[in-house]
Amino acid sequence: MNDLKQKDEIQKGFYQHKEKLLKIKNLKKHFISQKGLFFGKEVRVKAVDGLNFDIYKGETLGIVGESGCGKSTTGRLLLRLIEATEGEIDFDGIDLMSLGERKLKKMRRRFQMVFQDPFASLNPRMKIKHIVAEPMKTHGLYKDKRKKKVEELLEAVGISRSYLNRYPHEFSGGQRQRIGIARALAADPQFIVADEPVAALDVSIQAQILNLMNDLQAEFGLTYLFIAHDLSVVQYISDRIGVMYLGKMVELAASDLIYDKPLHPYTQALLSAIPLPDPEVKTERERLTGEVPSPINPPAGCSFHTRCPHAFERCQTETPEFREVEENHFAACHLY
Amino acid sequence: MKEFWFRFYKNKLAFAGLIILLLFLIMALFAPLLAPYDPYQMNPGAMLNAPSSDHLFGTDQFGRDILSRIIYGSRISFKVGIISVGISLFIGVSMGIIAGYYGGILDNIISRIMDVMFSFPQIFLALVIMAVLGTSSTNLMIAIGLVYIPIFGRIARGSVLSIKDSLYIEAANSIGVNNLVIMLRHILPNIMAPIIVQTTLSFGFAIRAEAALSFLGLGVEADVPSWGIMLNQGKDWMEMAWWNAVFPGLSATLAILSFNILGDGLRDALDPRLRNDID
Repeated sequence: MNDLKQKDEIQKGFYQHKEKLLKIKNLKKHFISQKGLFFGKEVRVKAVDGLNFDIYKGETLGIVGESGCGKSTTGRLLLRLIEATEGEIDFDGIDLMSLGERKLKKMRRRFQMVFQDPFASLNPRMKIKHIVAEPMKTHGLYKDKRKKKVEELLEAVGISRSYLNRYPHEFSGGQRQRIGIARALAADPQFIVADEPVAALDVSIQAQILNLMNDLQAEFGLTYLFIAHDLSVVQYISDRIGVMYLGKMVELAASDLIYDKPLHPYTQALLSAIPLPDPEVKTERERLTGEVPSPINPPAGCSFHTRCPHAFERCQTETPEFREVEENHFAACHLY
Repeated sequence: MKEFWFRFYKNKLAFAGLIILLLFLIMALFAPLLAPYDPYQMNPGAMLNAPSSDHLFGTDQFGRDILSRIIYGSRISFKVGIISVGISLFIGVSMGIIAGYYGGILDNIISRIMDVMFSFPQIFLALVIMAVLGTSSTNLMIAIGLVYIPIFGRIARGSVLSIKDSLYIEAANSIGVNNLVIMLRHILPNIMAPIIVQTTLSFGFAIRAEAALSFLGLGVEADVPSWGIMLNQGKDWMEMAWWNAVFPGLSATLAILSFNILGDGLRDALDPRLRNDID
């Protein structure tokens, strides 16, 4: 318990001193497609349906959830790689949503992305020195020292400078992800969205990449949005964790807090599904029954009520508000 | 790249095609050195001579050496091929990339224009354009070039569609690279394989079209030694002097055939579906 209190103190300090880098309000992305030729019904997939959260400078915010819950869409929305249907994104005092094409392109050097699949995210026809130099070239940075900067970056991510003239297919998955990270760092960004950067890698390589990302964060003062479906990975790297379900955030709190005291029944179920590497421990699993409902036609009320073991009448009719249930611990559930 | 050359080298037929084309190319480049006679030089004393040691492929009705005319004829064939394929390659690929990358209305407009051009038989369309522009070798190259634009357009557009949702395109976007640079640096190099194949095949088409139009009298000027014109003039003497039409016809056939088998060989060597990627 003492431990917990201490952690609480640390966390409070964290929230007081940190400034907010991103403020996201009511962010929505609905994919609309018309079925039928002329008078077809409009099909609306609510990939992301009303997100409200902030990202603090220098933190790693982990986003977890099942596949299809809108994690990746959220990451791309924040970088405006896809256009949001509704909502506000404030990046360091700048209203991202209102930026025109040209200004947005210029802004892009301040936020970068690391992609899930290191095999597909590097242009197969470009040498890695050109891949890593591209952000600098695009934004006209380090004009004379570009070559040196490329070497420094590659060194920082652990790739030897003798590989400068090689093509992506000559590298392993882990090495390619390192190159992808070096590219993301090239334009000195403040904010990096990492979309499941280790999901495609071996477990042993995963740890290397996660440690690398941690080191780089300390070295360059980066802020991460770290998307993953692997809870142990997220716990390892994140300061705070947001849990998403069907396009909505259901819980958001400091990573220790969420593991020690999960509030939302969905988070509880997710956490109980983490396997423990100890055969003696008998876990009491909270098993979820049923499938994730389709985001085309999400359930009324709380979208989790169809699978929730604690659901009661109110959950079927009234959508729970995402609010601060305890200090710095947000949840969307009628239980609290 | 090494892998590609190895695969290509193993394809004997395509390799033979390449060799023959290189010979034709040498022939075109060094025509003045290689031709035994002046192709324009008439010789009343040697009209319609049969092939002999003096005139390897015989002479035509004006006593001009057919071999020399064929050697010079390869020049016009290659010139028309290179320039007209260049026109259709440049315009077609640019339009195709723009249509595929931007999509939407722009894609619709460009694709419908291509469809309209496609709906005419190619030789017929070239004939119409020649009839409008008038006969000259410049106009011939323009006409053939225009006719083959939609083929390149469609191939480029299709290839762009297949790669434009790749992560590396999204990555370039997320870096802030502008659209023109994305198209040139990221898309174009990755759709080159089918375009290279089509370019090779199109050389064959263009040489055929040049010969066909010249044969019909709508091609190059009548005094230029062109395989099509030689065929046209030779056909009148078919019964008396078969060599007048047969040799130009054979060389045109050989050149077109070589381009076709070379194109097929390149396609096999470049086709990613046949390649067992080690990475």
